[in-house]
Amino acid sequence: MKLLTVNFLTCAVKGCKGSAASFPLHFEDAELEQREIGYNPTFLSNILPRLDWDAITTTALELGFTNLPATKPDGSFETADEHKVMRDLHTLLMETEVVQGKMVCRNCGHAYQIKEGIANFLLPNHLV
Amino acid sequence: MSRPEETLPPDLFYNDRESRKYTTSSRIQNVQSDMTYRALELLQLNGPSLILDIGCGSGLSGEILSSVSPVDGGPHLWVGMDISASMLDIALQKNVEGDLLLGDIGQGIPFRAGSFDAAVSISAIQWLCNAESSEANPQGRLSRFFNGLYASLRRGGRAVCQFYPKNDAQRSLISSAATKAGFGAGILEDDPGTKKSKLYLVLTAGGGQDQGDITGVVKGMSDVEIQDGRRNFRTAGKKGDRRSNKSDITRKKEQMERRGKVTKASSKYTGRSRRRIVF
Ligand SMILES: C[S@@+](CC[C@H](N)C(=O)[O-])C[C@H]1O[C@@H](n2cnc3c(N)ncnc32)[C@H](O)[C@@H]1O
Ligand SMILES: [Zn+2]
Repeated sequence: MKLLTVNFLTCAVKGCKGSAASFPLHFEDAELEQREIGYNPTFLSNILPRLDWDAITTTALELGFTNLPATKPDGSFETADEHKVMRDLHTLLMETEVVQGKMVCRNCGHAYQIKEGIANFLLPNHLV
Repeated sequence: MSRPEETLPPDLFYNDRESRKYTTSSRIQNVQSDMTYRALELLQLNGPSLILDIGCGSGLSGEILSSVSPVDGGPHLWVGMDISASMLDIALQKNVEGDLLLGDIGQGIPFRAGSFDAAVSISAIQWLCNAESSEANPQGRLSRFFNGLYASLRRGGRAVCQFYPKNDAQRSLISSAATKAGFGAGILEDDPGTKKSKLYLVLTAGGGQDQGDITGVVKGMSDVEIQDGRRNFRTAGKKGDRRSNKSDITRKKEQMERRGKVTKASSKYTGRSRRRIVF
């Protein structure tokens, strides 16, 4: 599962809707893999306004990535530096995948297992 | 012919055997892929988009979304949700580019508000009309699904769901659940009255003037030039081998290691081939 997807996933448990603590989900025992995917600056520009930068920072720190810009890049590609920022963002969000581990909700404590990169969001009926 | 929806719940119906049967039949795959191209056309995307695939199965629609060429406004990135681990397992073996979630759409859509540009669903949502357990009824499941979908789309975003309602009652059960959730909705029928007839529920999430009008959205759409569009899409790099196999991944890892980044040691699972996911 790409870190991009993680920036959009929330806890699915009924009581967690609208709770600030249910996003982002927090990683435990995460194993990462890099998987190459074509660089698509148009896609990145499209998605950039929708990214929750605080959540990305939190997720990145949990997984051991410390060199993220403190604020969201503004999405311009004019200078070489700006290009590099977007390239790095591509690597982090599109090419870094969590293949095993779990994601835990800080509101209800529910843990979503991840196996082979697939997160299990099936809930027992009483949590729906 | 009996409807599979009436025999078993979807996660049990699409077991290993049925999933393999489904994804190895070239007849089925052709029909599913034609419907995906049609849905993509109805989505009217205007650039590389983030798309939710509802009931993604083995990722057949996703492979098409990933292969739309830049001149045709792609490629798109997708996240697929399905309740069948066997179907998702086949998607893993194909090493699809999108992300996969094991989930029941009748329980909701676990994404924050405004996540997706669009959503697509091929031959899946009629399953929501059958709920076996006493705790779950079709109305409740349909409403959780459409409410969740509505919220997860960005304003102005579209969803196109091709579906097979059992009868008119199911058709209106589904479309009224969609409008109740706030969608502007319309149903488009291709090849009406023939054995090949296909229904597409076309939904817009806010931002449009068709809000709540079940016919408005698809007005004038039936004369879209389907034939040309399809041909264009088809030639759009469908064969393009963009997904890395194991050797690509290994090569990338070596590259990364040379650059001093830490990557996970190659395991027998690298390339995610032939491994059952069991939760
Ligand atoms: C006919 S298959 C179509 C698969 C894929 N869309 C395609 O066109 O190849 C229907 C799919 O819907 C999935 N499905 C049915 N009910 C579901 C539910 N409640 N939640 C998620 N997926 C569901 C099934 O597991 C199955 O993979
Ligand atoms: Zn929770």
